[in-house]
Amino acid sequence: MFENFDLQKAIFGRLTLESLPFHEPILVVTFLGVLIGGAAVVGAITYFKLWGYLWHEWFTSVDHKRIGVMYIVLGLVMLLRGFADAIMMRAQQAIAFNGSEGYLPAHHFDQIFTAHGVIMIFFVAMPLVTGLMNFVVPLQIGARDVAFPFLNNFSFWMTVSGAVLVMASLFVGEFARTGWLAYPPLSNYAYSPDVGVDYYIWALQIAGVGTLLSGVNLIATIVKMRAPGMSLMKMPIFTWTSLCTNILIVAAFPVLTGVLVLLSLDRYVGMNFFTNDFGGNPMMYVNLIWIWGHPEVYILVLPAFGVFSEVTATFSGKRLFGYTSMVYATVVITILSYLVWLHHFFTMGSGASVNSFFGITTMIISIPTGAKLFNWLFTMYRGRIRFEVPMMWTVAFMLTFVIGGMTGVLLAVPPADFVLHNSLFLIAHFHNVIIGGVVFGMFAGITYWFPKAMGFKLDPFWGKMSFWFWVVGFYFAFMPLYVLGLMGITRRLRVFDDPSLQIWFIIAAFGAFLIALGIGSFLVQIVVSIKNREKLRDTTGDPWNARTLEWSTSSPPPVYNFAFTPVVYDHDAWWDMKAHGYKRPLSGFKPIHMPKNTGAGIILAGLALVTGFALIWYIWWLAAVGFIALIATAIGHTFNYNRSFNIPTQQIAETELERTQLLQSAGA
Amino acid sequence: MTAITAGASAARAGAAKEEPVFYVADEHEHADGGSTLLGFWLYLMSDCLVFAVLFATYGVLGGSFAAGPSPKDLFDLPLVALNTSMLLFSSITYGFAVLEMQKNRVQPMLMWLVITGLFGAAFLGIELYEFTHMILEGATPQRSAFLSSFFTLVGTHGLHVTFGIIWMITLITQVRMFGLTDANKRRLLCLSMFWHFLDVVWIGVFTFVYLMGVLR
Repeated sequence: MFENFDLQKAIFGRLTLESLPFHEPILVVTFLGVLIGGAAVVGAITYFKLWGYLWHEWFTSVDHKRIGVMYIVLGLVMLLRGFADAIMMRAQQAIAFNGSEGYLPAHHFDQIFTAHGVIMIFFVAMPLVTGLMNFVVPLQIGARDVAFPFLNNFSFWMTVSGAVLVMASLFVGEFARTGWLAYPPLSNYAYSPDVGVDYYIWALQIAGVGTLLSGVNLIATIVKMRAPGMSLMKMPIFTWTSLCTNILIVAAFPVLTGVLVLLSLDRYVGMNFFTNDFGGNPMMYVNLIWIWGHPEVYILVLPAFGVFSEVTATFSGKRLFGYTSMVYATVVITILSYLVWLHHFFTMGSGASVNSFFGITTMIISIPTGAKLFNWLFTMYRGRIRFEVPMMWTVAFMLTFVIGGMTGVLLAVPPADFVLHNSLFLIAHFHNVIIGGVVFGMFAGITYWFPKAMGFKLDPFWGKMSFWFWVVGFYFAFMPLYVLGLMGITRRLRVFDDPSLQIWFIIAAFGAFLIALGIGSFLVQIVVSIKNREKLRDTTGDPWNARTLEWSTSSPPPVYNFAFTPVVYDHDAWWDMKAHGYKRPLSGFKPIHMPKNTGAGIILAGLALVTGFALIWYIWWLAAVGFIALIATAIGHTFNYNRSFNIPTQQIAETELERTQLLQSAGA
Repeated sequence: MTAITAGASAARAGAAKEEPVFYVADEHEHADGGSTLLGFWLYLMSDCLVFAVLFATYGVLGGSFAAGPSPKDLFDLPLVALNTSMLLFSSITYGFAVLEMQKNRVQPMLMWLVITGLFGAAFLGIELYEFTHMILEGATPQRSAFLSSFFTLVGTHGLHVTFGIIWMITLITQVRMFGLTDANKRRLLCLSMFWHFLDVVWIGVFTFVYLMGVLR
């Protein structure tokens, strides 16, 4: 048997030098750019001797605030990659007319639209949402950390590992060419034997573990760790939407894990779940992935709704209108989101009765959502509205989301959907709700809570620049797609025959260019704000005159969040405290019990990354070694019983004294 | 309504006269791991959904034999009944282990854990024998969608039992090293939930896959 033994295959699997895409100039240039940029960052960190600081204070941190910030940094970095994909597609479609093939070969274009979808949902929207929840929820409920601080750190690094795998596919091998949900039979081994779909599978599986565990973590945190007096109906709305989102995560992500396991069994061991022959059924995959996929869009948008609720109440200077109805609307959306998955494929041919059921449940979702909109509007009604940047995002959201919602109800009608299925109308619709809802919401949230996290506000001028470029750019980029969709143009096309369509694609590309300026302005905003941080400094801890508990502590909050656990009497707890002339306690501190930092999370996630990479490239020995090391490290970590420490009273007294002096200087 | 909420409302009622107290001045120490059992329960529910996906897939594809063998040709009910009894007994013995744990009796507890592990290993052995037998007869996971979904559903359960046994060995070591500390008791209760959960899933497998498969 040894004469057939291929040493190179045994060691490197199917990874060869040809796997590196030297033949694609776009990728080579990108790679050089990333290499130079990466070297600059690594060099700067080394030069300023920041590795120790980063490792001890951030990478191994179990502090929910730092983990939240790291999630948001990850989301913003990946936004640049996802947007680069978007603008490449827009450029390609704007020029591929009149016999021109554009500048992207089909092989590359197909990877780009897949990567764009996967990255934007899993590695931009999810980290931004999870990051905000991680940062805000414990502060809003008056807790000192999440229920499982180590798990939180581990979840974050698993998400990073998934993102690293997607990024690696750019330069080592290729990414899937299947569209962001990798429908079989196209994604099965017979039609996609290359590594693309395997990158897709393992990136999502590894990141999925992180998402699921962080869902479990935040549910346990909200259920178990609320401050005394905070009954469920006294929780801030953002905490409510976070609770519902995390319930959705725990109830939806296992389905994604399950269905991707089945696809990998098809691909790796030749089983027949979704094949065309031997009894396989590809529509089983489509059903299962949408049973995850539909709740997923509500996982993303519910926290955004929570942000808008907090922002509207704060900047209107009023209690939120209809708190109770807001809670019930959120819960109803949570439940209904499980009963609509089939509207993603009315064309499956399941018959009039089934399609009617799912069409009607889909339309019903617009009722609680509409109730929310009226609540926000009535909160603004006769309020003293301050048009600060978060409030501007909120108003833009209300206008934009209503349009997206209405085209959604239109698509929910099965006969209309038969015409519009897979068209650019659909693309326009879901970008309308995801950008208008989730992205606007995340920008509102980041601007709103930035002073809490960093201790200084974001520069409003560049914030407004970013806002206007984004909002105007959005309308330029996506309204033409509604028109094209109504004319029957389908999604994911690389070249076009009809020259009369070109103008619409050029307008859309112009919109994408405006959005690029919006993203650029946001980055400038961060730099300018850091430069002017002394002028933008928040000494009070409550820069917006806000209503919920996170604003009762300093900006940034101390490690332990609250020197004394707050007691809550109202859902606007901090407003209530201010109204009663609350006096900060200045003495009588007690030691605070806190979890210790640990490097176990980053090590475990690194091993998962190695295992995933080995499985993608069929490097079986490395996959085995990686997996065994993963299990052994996990077990080893359970032998560490010494995971917490006490912050001494002295240190707390000093921290609180500093805050007292800061408050006095602000008051004087 | 909890005592705390009641206290809060009482304080609220008295707010007209005196200012409400907005912080806990005299906080008592919280024990570690107060949320662990809830968190683990949530994890189990997510795991339950993974099994739900596999059951649903079996429900849809379980009749797609692709002209290959069907449950009637393959399943050996007496053997599966024996196997089921192994797992059910292991749940009872785990229950005995927990009873001993609550009496703080280390040695009897460890003994019952070992017995539980052995029953689990016996279950796995019989399952592997059954799988080998089927594969040697040509009923491989690749043969048809029915067999793909059968092997995946039953195999995933078996994989869980395997990890349960590894976890049990780890816990036996930890109890011997550190005794029945609060942390170890909490872990034993988590594993207990895991183990009984696998039992419940197996009852579903036995009924839905084996019994109904032979009837159909």
